[in-house]
Amino acid sequence: MLSIKNLKAGIEDKEILKGFNLEVKAGEVHAIMGPNGSGKSTLASVLAGREDYAVTDGSVQFLKKDLLDMSPEDRAREGLFLAFQYPVEIPGVSNINFLKTALAEIRQYKGLPPMEAKDFLKRVKEKQALVELQVSLANRSVNEGFSGGEKKRNEIFQMAMLEPVLAILDETDSGLDIDALRIVANGVNKLRAPERAFIVITHYQRLLEYIVPDFVHVMYNGRIVKSGTKELALELEEKGYDWIKKELGETIEA
Amino acid sequence: MTNIAEKISPGDKLIAELELNQDSLPGSETIRSTRRNALKSFSKQGLPARKSEEYKYSPVNRLFQKELTFATTSSVSDEKGNSFALAGLDASVIRILNGAVHIPVSGFDGITCAAWNLKSLPKEQLSFFENHFAHYALPDTDPFIALNTAAFQDVLIIKIADGAVLAKPILIQNITDSTHASFTQPRIFIYVGKNASVEIIEQFASTKKEQHTVCNAVSEIVVESGAKALFYKLQNDCPGLQLISTTQVYQHADSHFDTHTVTFSGSWTRNNLNIVPDGEHCETHLNGLFILNEEQHTDNHTLVDHRKPNCESNQLYRGILKNKSTGVFNGKIYVRPDAQKTNAYQSSKNMLLSDDASMYTKPQLEIYADDVKCSHGSSTGQIDEEALFYLRARGISADSARILLMQAFAKDVVNTIRIEPLRKEIELLIEKRLAH
Repeated sequence: MLSIKNLKAGIEDKEILKGFNLEVKAGEVHAIMGPNGSGKSTLASVLAGREDYAVTDGSVQFLKKDLLDMSPEDRAREGLFLAFQYPVEIPGVSNINFLKTALAEIRQYKGLPPMEAKDFLKRVKEKQALVELQVSLANRSVNEGFSGGEKKRNEIFQMAMLEPVLAILDETDSGLDIDALRIVANGVNKLRAPERAFIVITHYQRLLEYIVPDFVHVMYNGRIVKSGTKELALELEEKGYDWIKKELGETIEA
Repeated sequence: MTNIAEKISPGDKLIAELELNQDSLPGSETIRSTRRNALKSFSKQGLPARKSEEYKYSPVNRLFQKELTFATTSSVSDEKGNSFALAGLDASVIRILNGAVHIPVSGFDGITCAAWNLKSLPKEQLSFFENHFAHYALPDTDPFIALNTAAFQDVLIIKIADGAVLAKPILIQNITDSTHASFTQPRIFIYVGKNASVEIIEQFASTKKEQHTVCNAVSEIVVESGAKALFYKLQNDCPGLQLISTTQVYQHADSHFDTHTVTFSGSWTRNNLNIVPDGEHCETHLNGLFILNEEQHTDNHTLVDHRKPNCESNQLYRGILKNKSTGVFNGKIYVRPDAQKTNAYQSSKNMLLSDDASMYTKPQLEIYADDVKCSHGSSTGQIDEEALFYLRARGISADSARILLMQAFAKDVVNTIRIEPLRKEIELLIEKRLAH
């Protein structure tokens, strides 16, 4: 589904991704862990198409198409979803109008007719329940006045509404208390499906207790330095990132 | 002959033309004397010079580069006039064509609400009119007020009786026939009686075939004690029009005046909105919205002159500027020594969508009382790139996302429009204007 090869990217003159490789197949959940500054969020931004980053080398194939060649909106329409680490507040744009517009444009791109208003509202209600998001979305602007937990739940709610093929969760656990974390993880687990893949970016192992990954990758200095199964996350939790740094010591200095 | 003509300044040429025509212009003896004084005042002031502080960002010389003669009556058909109608708006309509006031047969019963022009003004109302006319918009304060007062061809006079609550809004269509080059001077006087309540929309429009046309409109509005007036100025269908529009408002105690100045169309616009709350417990709201493209120029000059204690004024202006357009917001607030406990606020936010667009904002607060709350804020920025990316990351095209964000930006002002069909129409116009 997703094939990232030797991806190099950065901002201004600073190279952050330094030859990143990853293969993701349908139905898989990949966790990407790593210390601060290792390039995790840059990876999410580059995949979603944030224009501040320049790709200097490598390739990304998504559903056999060149992802890097697409606009951010086309990536979303093809089925890529990024759950933002810092969801943006947009005063004056109602949540409902926002979702309606997004769904309509995605459906149009796929050559589907617009969704009936009744079906749309039914879906909203259903998916809101999934993440226990109780705020009235019709009268409120996107993320405006939402608590940190509500914002993150709103991300998962949007994901549920748009039904992506590949979802990237960028530190969705940051700033969440244990209850909110459980709710968010629950929402994600309910969306796990054989045709859908996830990339879960996180600093801590905690989230992975709830969203159990098939693969765990450790990212350091712009690339994956170690891959394994969920046990790797536990090992990291126990030994800390210094263990990885030490293991890599020689090669990094070289 | 052309050599001599070239040496005469545009201002002097207007004066000469007016001096020649003074006797043929309508009005009672009192009105004529007001005209003559206004002409003297204009002769003294002349057209604003390039260095004039008040017209610094809106030099008027471009309006008078080509020869302008005062407009004569025009015969725009009803059909043409009807084409400017606002969808779904049930209103009592009055049409002003090139300054000539066409009083409709229906919609005004003459008792709760009367509408006259100079010809139809009943004798017993003459002294009422003379007691107000040109008492608020003073010729000495602005050359264009002076010019209008010297040169107007007709006046729309609207009188709302004490205690009258009008069910329907009044729509004044101020239409300029731009098939011929002309200089029009529409004049309006609105009197809102004690405890009365009225909604008025003044729409500026012009016929499509654009010649060099300048409209210099002056409205005087008196809001009596306890009365409530909502006044909407909409400029939506006059692409080539160059407009100087002065709205002069005088508020008595306990009155409420709520106004919106919405500018979408017009190549060059100067809105002068001067409000004098001259009694205690007045409430005043000034809202403005403009969306400009190409080389459009819009200048909103506001003045709120607080003279008495315990009043509140609130200004909310939003502007979106595209291409090479320019905008100006100059907001003056006076709080006089007697006006203790005044609350006066001002907010002007603008969004520039192109590197070639420019916006000049100038808040001017002059406060002579010590127990007041006054604040102002202005900002000019670009579209929020983070918000734009967020919307695009959900599958919304860059163009739609920009429109959503700009609609959201305008919403602060749009949401305060109380006449539902007007708000809907303005929402549609915003969408249309933002789309290209």
